[in-house]
Amino acid sequence: MYCERIAGVIGCHYVEGRPFDTESHRMIAMHAPDGFLEAPVALATAVIALVFVALALRVSGRELGDRQVPLAGIAAAFIFAAQMFNFPVAAGTTGHLMGGALAAILLGPWVGSLVVTVVVVVQALLFADGGLTALGYNVINMATVTAFGGWAVFRLLRRVMPRNAAGVMGATAIAALVSVVLSAAAFSVQWLFGASAEVPFDTVFGAMVGVHVLIGVGEAIISALAVGAVLAARPDLVTGASDLDAAQLSAERRVGRRTFVFGGLFVAVVFATVVSQFAVDNPDGLEKVAIDEGFIEAGRDHALDSSIFSDYATSGVGNETLSLAVAGVSGVLITLLVGLGLISAARQGRGRAGA
Amino acid sequence: MAGGHVEGRVGGVGHLVVHGHSPVHRLAPEAKVVATFAFVICVALTPREQIWAFGVHAAVAISIVALAGVPTRVLLARLAVIIPFLTFAVLVPFVAGGEEVDVLGVGLSRDGLWGAWNVAAKASIGATASIILSATTSVPEILKALTRLRVPRVLVSIMSFMMRYLDLLVDQLGRMRTSMTARCHDPRWLWQAKPIASSAGALFVRSYERGERVHQAMLSRGFSGTMPDTEERATPGADWARAALPPVVALAALLSAVVL
Repeated sequence: MYCERIAGVIGCHYVEGRPFDTESHRMIAMHAPDGFLEAPVALATAVIALVFVALALRVSGRELGDRQVPLAGIAAAFIFAAQMFNFPVAAGTTGHLMGGALAAILLGPWVGSLVVTVVVVVQALLFADGGLTALGYNVINMATVTAFGGWAVFRLLRRVMPRNAAGVMGATAIAALVSVVLSAAAFSVQWLFGASAEVPFDTVFGAMVGVHVLIGVGEAIISALAVGAVLAARPDLVTGASDLDAAQLSAERRVGRRTFVFGGLFVAVVFATVVSQFAVDNPDGLEKVAIDEGFIEAGRDHALDSSIFSDYATSGVGNETLSLAVAGVSGVLITLLVGLGLISAARQGRGRAGA
Repeated sequence: MAGGHVEGRVGGVGHLVVHGHSPVHRLAPEAKVVATFAFVICVALTPREQIWAFGVHAAVAISIVALAGVPTRVLLARLAVIIPFLTFAVLVPFVAGGEEVDVLGVGLSRDGLWGAWNVAAKASIGATASIILSATTSVPEILKALTRLRVPRVLVSIMSFMMRYLDLLVDQLGRMRTSMTARCHDPRWLWQAKPIASSAGALFVRSYERGERVHQAMLSRGFSGTMPDTEERATPGADWARAALPPVVALAALLSAVVL
């Protein structure tokens, strides 16, 4: 199922006639159009995104010498091309590679986030894919959260994973999966603050995160194997493995039992804690609520007047406390991981400068 | 679907521009970029209840499309990127809460209907604006515009390398695909992902090494990080004035929509 679209690219047939302008499906988190979230959220996220870009430019200005710019450009083209090919996830929805974690692991989180930012901006400006006024949240969700969140998870996992190529690949896989789920969660939290329609938070969150766990599995496989292939040919191009020497990389390529157990546990925990909350009582978020046909008797004015955290979190659907708790927890988790990614990135930068 | 593969390669960045000599094509690119952003911001800020204001915005967008001579077929094909969001917009009235209205015997959320309208209107007008920009402005012109608008040099360079390598990358992908097919590779399922991913890795390494060579060749010929701007002259004031016209109309519609 996953491969059909991507397979078309490398396999024997093109699925889409013209990959650049005949997209038929997109997931709702990616490339949101103009007017998808309310103006205050668009503005706030744009400011945050600009701050991150400015920071990334400052930091990477030191690292991003003449040699790295072409590499960054090629990575951008690579991710751009990869994002063009969608794969079906579940009934009616499709996903595509986001590439934030992959870019961060190959180029480091600063340059990686810049690269995906460039991709998102070009898609909006030239391909009408994603609104120009939606750039703030699109950049945050697809570039900032995936690059820094993915980097944080990657660095954490590298500590417990074996110090060889397999360990790097394992860490990449899980970081890629988590980065996609984080991106979906980030979108849901933004929806909470600036929904353009009164769809309850838990419906959006459940549908988004549920679908993105599946997308994340695809992202994990492709990212890990791609990093593995680059490691095999040019290990010097993988920033995330710069601490390993050639001997360690070529040594024993097996994935240890610990890696497997840890990775499996991690995925299981993600599934259990996050998805089950919603996926279980809403087998298919949007559909179920559609069947119940607006069962929420909120009796409030439209979203323009009430786009505040608590209102959305508590709108209908029995489990208000849970909904609010999940919103809070995912917000904290995203902030924490992005923060961790930042710290880890800063530390690494300093370490390299000192060395 | 069976797009054939020559056609499949088309669609790279060189094919975004619809060739023409309209006044829209001739405008200074930096004026067009700024005007596009300004116009889309006005559209996004328009309150959704003022349907007539969206009529004004749409009329502005459509008249520029006509003026620029962008074929309807091209416009519609490129607008296809927003279809999933329109699908989402159709779902919203069913899932949204709040007061209900009866439409053909089905209870739909009033707020949901407004939300759906909001996303559909803003997304299609906003996307049309970007399509006009990319259909009338070549990629080098847009890069030049961004440089003149003081977008950080690093971002513009990444962007220009990206655009330059995109077609090469897709071509390379095509060749790798051909050679894999010639070796009986026929991937269909998840467990066949490995050759795809490793060829993705190989593609990355090959492109990078090619980029390195090209970049060194560029450096040895005096490349300093930015493409030289051969036109020294400043943006003509007349271009700014002409480009300002659509956003000004949209702004007028926005202001009267807010005030009324």
